[in-house]
Amino acid sequence: MPHLVTQVLEWMPFVLNGFGLNILMSLLAIVAGTAMGTFLGLGQISRLRLVGVPSRIATQLFRNAPWLVLLFYCIFLMPYQIRVAGQVIVLPSWLRATIGFSFPVAANFSEIVRGAVISVPSGQWEAAQALGYGRKATLFRIILPQCIARMIPPWMNLYALLLTATPLSVIVGVEEALGRTQAAVQAQSDSSVLIPMYLALLGMFFFYTWPINRLSLVLERRFRTK
Amino acid sequence: MSFSPDSQPLITLRGVRKSFGAYEVLRGIDMDIRKGEVVAIIGPSGSGKSTILRTINGLTPINAGTIAVGEIMVSDPKLDQVKLRHRVGMVFQQYNLFPHKSVLENVAMAPIQVLKQPRPQVEERARKLLAEMRLPDKAGAYPGELSGGQQQRVAIARALCMEPEVILFDEVTAALDPEMVKEVLAAVRKVAEDGMTCILVTHEMGFAREAADHVYFTDRGVIVEHAPPAEFFTRASDARTKEFLSKVL
Repeated sequence: MPHLVTQVLEWMPFVLNGFGLNILMSLLAIVAGTAMGTFLGLGQISRLRLVGVPSRIATQLFRNAPWLVLLFYCIFLMPYQIRVAGQVIVLPSWLRATIGFSFPVAANFSEIVRGAVISVPSGQWEAAQALGYGRKATLFRIILPQCIARMIPPWMNLYALLLTATPLSVIVGVEEALGRTQAAVQAQSDSSVLIPMYLALLGMFFFYTWPINRLSLVLERRFRTK
Repeated sequence: MSFSPDSQPLITLRGVRKSFGAYEVLRGIDMDIRKGEVVAIIGPSGSGKSTILRTINGLTPINAGTIAVGEIMVSDPKLDQVKLRHRVGMVFQQYNLFPHKSVLENVAMAPIQVLKQPRPQVEERARKLLAEMRLPDKAGAYPGELSGGQQQRVAIARALCMEPEVILFDEVTAALDPEMVKEVLAAVRKVAEDGMTCILVTHEMGFAREAADHVYFTDRGVIVEHAPPAEFFTRASDARTKEFLSKVL
């Protein structure tokens, strides 16, 4: 038993390094997805059909597609390198996977934005209108500022979901925590290390995601009672 | 009271019709309201009272007829919304204060952001109005920290801060606990006595009788009759008015 523990501990720096990549991918994807999702969500509530219809289609498309399929699309359809102003920029697979993750995040965030906006009572729109605010000014000055508090808990949930989805990228060859755990288990001749290695991996994800979920629950409760 | 009955009307409604789907809420409304006049609109629920108010500041577009506020044609499709809302303020049944803004910001934000007036001047006016509404120490509070009656008085100050010529009061006491109705009615009364043109939709018959210069009675989308309150409450001629009054008085 102590022998197993030392073996697992020996591999930990290697696996944790991979886990760092999971965190990096999730952080970049949540930033990109939130930015894209904000535009999509505002697009969904636009009164212009030319904006509203494409935004709704894109949202539904990316929200209802399996994350893995979107990941495959991004990995295989995106070029390995791009040329910007004479400079060749290589897109490593982890970066392409990150872009792949940001699509479903954007679609889900788009729905969070739309839901938050329609959850504001219509009296707020009317009161603003009666004071001379136009539709756009009402949205940006009165409605959206009230939405931000409502959007934080579902947004944190979305982030936790995203992080737990990042090991999917192992399938397209990204060397993240799951890939490194597999490699470590294979490198070890002793198969009894398999279960403790995967337990350690589960522990990593759990101890990173669990506090986020707890915090979002606490915030949700606080905003509900207000 | 403070208006001259012979002057040109400030607000004119002629043959105003409005349908929601197949249901016709307003079936030809005519009204003339003069500057400084206090008008109460009463009637059974669903008779179109609130819709009349909402058509006057353009919140509800109409299907037929004309509405004029001063020289502004509200029914004109090329209506200048800001200009109209500068002249016509509104106070709602549910107060509709902005919960993320302090009381002072609620009162001052529209004149600053919409009318582009200088902040110090607007805030000074807002504080004065809050004092008049007997809320001088609530400027920094948030709407959620106030009682219903206090919130409604902030909403009245917010409407006044736009310096309108007319204020529409849409059942402003209907959502309040009984003990707070009085304080809000006192505030409305003060606004009326200061010379503001007021149009109130109300269920408070006692208030309509005391404070209004003219009472309109609506039923099923038409104005059944209108008269000064003394006459209206004692010598109603129409059978529908009599029936309604016998229920509420």
